[in-house]
Amino acid sequence: MENKIIHRADSRGNADLGWLKSKHTFSFANYYNPDRMNFGALRVLNDDTVSGGRGFGDHPHDNMEIISIPLEGDLVHKDSMGNEAVIKAGEIQVMSAGTGIYHSEYNKNQGESVKFLQIWLYPNQRNVKPRYDQIKINTTERNKFHQILSPNADDAGVWIYQNAWFHIGTFDGGSSTSYQLKDKNNGVYAFVLTGEVNINGENLGERDGMGIWNVESLDVKATKDARVLLMEVPMLG
Amino acid sequence: MKKTAILAVCNHEGILATILRLLAGNEQWEPVGAADLTQATDLLSERHFDIVLLGSGMDEQDNEVLKKQVPHVPVIEHYGGGSGLLFGEIYQALGRSSG
Repeated sequence: MENKIIHRADSRGNADLGWLKSKHTFSFANYYNPDRMNFGALRVLNDDTVSGGRGFGDHPHDNMEIISIPLEGDLVHKDSMGNEAVIKAGEIQVMSAGTGIYHSEYNKNQGESVKFLQIWLYPNQRNVKPRYDQIKINTTERNKFHQILSPNADDAGVWIYQNAWFHIGTFDGGSSTSYQLKDKNNGVYAFVLTGEVNINGENLGERDGMGIWNVESLDVKATKDARVLLMEVPMLG
Repeated sequence: MKKTAILAVCNHEGILATILRLLAGNEQWEPVGAADLTQATDLLSERHFDIVLLGSGMDEQDNEVLKKQVPHVPVIEHYGGGSGLLFGEIYQALGRSSG
């Protein structure tokens, strides 16, 4: 039987450090809600806005798959593997923290905010060699989902150490499409970036999220122009 | 009030130092570090810990050894490293509503 859990945008945890404003779908840092720990392997979904020129100083991670999706502005990334890059809207960045990685992230521009999603997934194996990748994602064709992440290095998008697939799409109001799960034992966490959609009978607005599992496919109808991120992940235990 | 004793096991020296510093930021917590499985098992045989954080370099087999030694102590396998340390995992493992 199909199961769903809906997290409305205004129910998310809130962090305001002045230079950083973040909405946490799941418990993170000082936001703790025992009912909001994760959706399967999806542990963190942070909706971050960083002021001009500010950012996160050098800090470590281990044993986590970390994905950043910029929505507006430019983010400067530096890490202990020698990578130094700017990521911007239309790109996706992935780090497998594995045995340990240090990195920093800063807003490249002084005069404008950068907005991005920070997403953490539990890895399916521990202590892998740390790795970093970033690619442009081609999502120009509207009214369909584009794969931007998978478990497979030779597949579309970036890859991670987890049986997970991410898709993103921009939809015209009135359009509809479907999404077939890659693995029917997985669940999907849908996050509405903009606009309004109806997914399997549930109306979702901007920054609403819905986890759905025990399904083989999703019916997605854009009730207004919309942009949607689907994160298919193992449900674990 | 008795502090919550947390054993962080991590063979990455820099990350372990960061984790211990972050944990020490909570006055109710008493963090102790172990650089490898041997140090961890020694510490667990010497004194009580309320929770174990399994960090870089520690694998499933190490986890099984720890669980066998102290089956009543929750082991957190993933907490993400030293940024935004996921305190929620600790609160949850301790069965508390907050810190």
